[in-house]
Amino acid sequence: MPAETPPLLEVRDLRVEIPTRRGVLVAVDGVSFHIEEGEVLGVVGESGAGKSLTGAAIIGLLEPPGRIAAGRISLEGRRIDNLDAEAMRRLRGRRIGMIFQDPLTSLNPLYTIGRQLVETILTHTDLTERQAREHAIGLLAEVGIPSAAERFDHYPHQFSGGMRQRVVIALALCANPRLVIADEPTTALDVSIQAQIIALLKRLCREHGTAVMLITHDMGVIAETADRVAVMYAGRIVEIGPVREVIEQARHPYTIGLMGSIPLVGHDVERLSQIDGAMPRLDEIPAGCAFHPRCPHASERCRRERPERIALGNAEVACWHAGELAGRGAVTAGVVRERRENRNARTGDGRPLVELRDLARHFDVSAPWLTRLFSREGRKVLRAVDGVTLTIPRGTTFSLVGESGCGKSTVARLVVGLYRPSRGTILFDGQDYAKLDSHAAMAPVRRRLQMIFQDPYASLNPRWRVAEIVAEPLRAHGITRDRVEIRDRVGALLRQVGLSESDARKYPHEFSGGQRQRISIARALASRPEFLVCDEPTSALDVSVQAQILNLMRDLQRELGLTYLFISHNLAVVYYISDYVGVMYLGRLVEWAEAKSLFRDPKHPYTRMLLDTIPDLEMTGRRRAPVAGEVPSPISPPSGCAFHPRCPLATARCREMRPEPLPRGDGGEVACHAVAENRLPERAPRETPLRQEAD
Amino acid sequence: MIGRLLDSDLFYSFSRSPVTVLAALVTAVMMGAAAFAPWVAPHTPFDLATLDLLDAFLPPAWMPDGDPRYLLGTDDQGRDVLSTIIYGARVSLLVGFAAVFLAMFLGVALGLVSGYMGGMVDAVIMRIADVQLSFPTILIALLIDGVARGLLPRDMHEEMAIYVLIFAIGISGWVQYARTVRGSTLVEKRKEYVQAAQVIGIRPWLIMLRHVLPNVMGPVLVIGTIHLAIAIITEATLSFLGVGVPATQPSLGTLIRIGNDFLFSGEWWITIFPGAALAILVLSVNLLGDWLRDALNPKLR
Amino acid sequence: MIGFVLRRLLQSILVMLTVALIAFGLFRYVGDPINNLVGQDTSAVEREQLREKLGLDDPFLVQFARFVKNAAKGDFGISYRHRRPVAELIVERLPATLELSIVAALIALLVGVPMGVYTGLHREGFLSRSFMTLSLVGVSLPTFLIGILLILLFGVVLRWLPTFGRGEVVALGWWTTGLLTVSGLKALIMPAITLALFQMTLIMRLVRAEMLEVLRTDYIKFARARGLSNRAIHFGHALKNTLVPVITITGLQLGSIIAFAIITESVFQWPGMGLLFIQAINEVDIPVMAAYLVMIALFFVVINLAVDLLYYLVDPRLRVDRDRATGHG
Repeated sequence: MPAETPPLLEVRDLRVEIPTRRGVLVAVDGVSFHIEEGEVLGVVGESGAGKSLTGAAIIGLLEPPGRIAAGRISLEGRRIDNLDAEAMRRLRGRRIGMIFQDPLTSLNPLYTIGRQLVETILTHTDLTERQAREHAIGLLAEVGIPSAAERFDHYPHQFSGGMRQRVVIALALCANPRLVIADEPTTALDVSIQAQIIALLKRLCREHGTAVMLITHDMGVIAETADRVAVMYAGRIVEIGPVREVIEQARHPYTIGLMGSIPLVGHDVERLSQIDGAMPRLDEIPAGCAFHPRCPHASERCRRERPERIALGNAEVACWHAGELAGRGAVTAGVVRERRENRNARTGDGRPLVELRDLARHFDVSAPWLTRLFSREGRKVLRAVDGVTLTIPRGTTFSLVGESGCGKSTVARLVVGLYRPSRGTILFDGQDYAKLDSHAAMAPVRRRLQMIFQDPYASLNPRWRVAEIVAEPLRAHGITRDRVEIRDRVGALLRQVGLSESDARKYPHEFSGGQRQRISIARALASRPEFLVCDEPTSALDVSVQAQILNLMRDLQRELGLTYLFISHNLAVVYYISDYVGVMYLGRLVEWAEAKSLFRDPKHPYTRMLLDTIPDLEMTGRRRAPVAGEVPSPISPPSGCAFHPRCPLATARCREMRPEPLPRGDGGEVACHAVAENRLPERAPRETPLRQEAD
Repeated sequence: MIGRLLDSDLFYSFSRSPVTVLAALVTAVMMGAAAFAPWVAPHTPFDLATLDLLDAFLPPAWMPDGDPRYLLGTDDQGRDVLSTIIYGARVSLLVGFAAVFLAMFLGVALGLVSGYMGGMVDAVIMRIADVQLSFPTILIALLIDGVARGLLPRDMHEEMAIYVLIFAIGISGWVQYARTVRGSTLVEKRKEYVQAAQVIGIRPWLIMLRHVLPNVMGPVLVIGTIHLAIAIITEATLSFLGVGVPATQPSLGTLIRIGNDFLFSGEWWITIFPGAALAILVLSVNLLGDWLRDALNPKLR
Repeated sequence: MIGFVLRRLLQSILVMLTVALIAFGLFRYVGDPINNLVGQDTSAVEREQLREKLGLDDPFLVQFARFVKNAAKGDFGISYRHRRPVAELIVERLPATLELSIVAALIALLVGVPMGVYTGLHREGFLSRSFMTLSLVGVSLPTFLIGILLILLFGVVLRWLPTFGRGEVVALGWWTTGLLTVSGLKALIMPAITLALFQMTLIMRLVRAEMLEVLRTDYIKFARARGLSNRAIHFGHALKNTLVPVITITGLQLGSIIAFAIITESVFQWPGMGLLFIQAINEVDIPVMAAYLVMIALFFVVINLAVDLLYYLVDPRLRVDRDRATGHG
């Protein structure tokens, strides 16, 4: 097995420390791995695991006061962690490249991208300026920028997010480095763009023979792209091996738990398996095995001794019990879901609780009139929501999916009363409350519906104590003023969401993201609402924490008979939690149906396209059809059917007429001319999962 | 609460920086002396009965001809320079603090309303701010003072001078607070805890006061310290130019002006000591402001 | 682009009109113009006649319009104190103030910006720290105190430089300049430095703060990750990004130099507009106050406009999505 030539990159016992006033924190603790030429190594882990710092350490860009305290990093056999600044600089770009997460801030806004490209090329090669320019234009074309020669002289702000990331990739690869470190390269992008960028990265690296260290928290991306994967936890590698083996036969309890907590389309589970607790903070890393407090198999030895890496199969696992758990199979955890029909009977009577009829919301984004006078522009209207009609039965979960700019968040805000509709009605329990004018008239409705938000850090006032935050609805709605009663109710609410009463006295910053989201839920439940609007409530959370919150939401729905409107861009989460799913595109609802029905048999071309962008975690080998184009701006949507520029089935009629929603046959609706005209091609049924349900 | 304060990062960075500790000490001493002037000052220089013209122009005590009773010497009227400095600092600090509070109150209120309400209200307030920013603050202060001088009869102006001054310096300084608070308000407004409160149905002005205000006050403190230094300098400048506090309640600036006349004839102490006192005071306040800004800056932590 | 220019132009006109309104308000309603113009023994009848002649009984808007028209021509009436047309007084004093201000502005820029860049790039060095300490002192000393100290040191103790006045001046048309004579130059040194010091330290701290901010951005990190040299990063990328937002504030600061000249002119007895203004405040000479006000506003507005246009040219984002970067509009 050991090759004669040293691996491209070898990291041994790397230790990164951050001195703080409270002592030295160890962020990366004895990490060892190697990357061969042309190989893609995925480094996966949740936030705080130390993966980004590992990448930064390798390329020599650790932000002070962080520093490499021990270990060796070797590139092509030569040691690089002890080079001086100038020598390290010469390596960067030429032998090791790096890509960061946010394409918006990675490019200097004041220089054209052409100049930034040429500058980098000239730094590392001996080409003349003219040659460098040609090389740069060629690169732009290679990464898929149309009209590369023209766009050479454009500024970063003139590109969309996906295009910018392509430019970033071009910049990172222009001097042909042997290794590229990609730190969450697609996290900030839309799902369909993510697929494009990942495909691009794969192709380019294969063509140039570049190795990639792909740092991400998204297991699906790893499954599709990586050859091998390293799973990190609390600054250590807990498992490392070939991708297929680690995903399908995870051996470390953390990996097993992690894989089990990822929702999968087509995989029906009642509850996602969850790992209780959260990743320890850097100043609270336990002795022995860092995972033992959360591990169902922890023993005395785990508490005292830090496990070494043992080889099992083709992988290596750092766990004292790995041998016993071997072959458990990763993506199998979870309990089989009960038949869905029973659920309806239990929680509600199926009568509509919320109805939206032709709901619309426009924003006037015209330039100031003086400017318009001279540039002869007309008024510009942003049609964020353009005629949405749907019904949410009591006790069910209705999800809205779509990419950014599709209007799903705006619908959420309309339903909750943060915006007034420009057109249409919102019926809550039969009452049209969009028209209600006064504050007092809205108050009874407000008690019955509440909202949970996406960002756990911004949804709680940092200067208020938890007790005040959760009690606010009680006071505002006049439910009770009695201090003792308030305290009791707050305590009960906290317990209901899985926290303790003593947490009431603390401030939000003392809690983790998942715990903060629980506090948000407690606040939302304070006025005993019937209806909760959830705007991407788990998108900002780590996967294992997401599982906890989703499970909690399912439990609460059953206990309290809640109805949810769930907004998300994550199709797997939506599959797990929804009874009904609606797909939005540029402010319109293009299709909706019962969840399983929609996923099994999507009819609208956009829905099909969306489902195709889900990364193939099950490793069925299904090829993802790369998506054409990008989402157009909602300010000037295409005429007729908004999807027609990207639709393979578009005709002249699609260009002219906006399609009306027609029944799908299973109770749902789809708005598409191709469907109405029976032009829809047969779609290969979704392949069955490789494993059976177990446990 | 004190325990929390002492344990905080703020206090840590404070105690680690000797310069800041020194600055804080100096500021505290000067403020204390000024506040308790009647008890601290060795003489009462503004009580005409205690003055003796024969004691005029005495140099500081450590020089020949100096008198140990008058540590820093005396001026042309026989007033003890040290005492005049203490009383002068009192006036300077009074005007400075009052002007800062006025500017802060006005600026924070307008900035909050402007940022939260948006629309017409915001447009109007910001236009006014823009127009006012077209003028340097000293000019505005001068102008207000000049107008007051023109509008009020002479003796009334004397009485009111200090209030006019506070008003002038305060009004000329609100814009900085307003802009900063408005910016912070715009950011906080988008945050989900504000939206959560809106969904619950809390009224806008309650949201502004109870939710947004506590979160935008941070930078205001920093601006306040810097503004204090500027206010003190502005007052001193106006008094030096002769359009500040009346001569009956001299501030440090007035003292410097008075002493300036004698600079060339050799009695340097009459102007240099008040000048030094002013410089030290402002320097200390600036050091505190600098440290505060660095300590509260989340990005630097 | 045209839209942008026109909008700023309209804004500027609005500002000028507001200022004119205030100035006019001063004129008419602070004190009685008639009483200030005539002696005590003028009869009531003659006062009435004068009142009519000056049109002081016309409606407000008419008087205001007349005021604006006159102001546009440069006619601000007669100074109460000096009994000469205000315009004449101003023209007499303008060169002195302008020369002083421009020289001071140049000093502030040419010293402040490089120092700011240096202390931004070399945060920890000894020289850097000394500059920062000196700058703190510079910001803490009031301008007049600096002036006094300089006079004491260089004028009284060392006797190298004159302690007041402008020195010999050479007349060029209606402009008088002190730059062409040795005594003129010597007289200019201390006032210019005094005036420049405060602004210089302000600019230095601003540039430094902005530079530190820029060096922390993602695109600088990415530039490092691409292996660009320190020189390319610092002077190619960071510098340009630093200077762009600094332009606006620097422009405003330099505009306020003209106002701060008031203090410097006082201390050094420099015969400029500022000194005139101070005297006017003391003597409640309204026409002079009003005229000075309008002049300063004009300077500020012109500088503001120039700075905005410069900004527009430098920042490509503004040409597509204006108002975002500056916070205007």
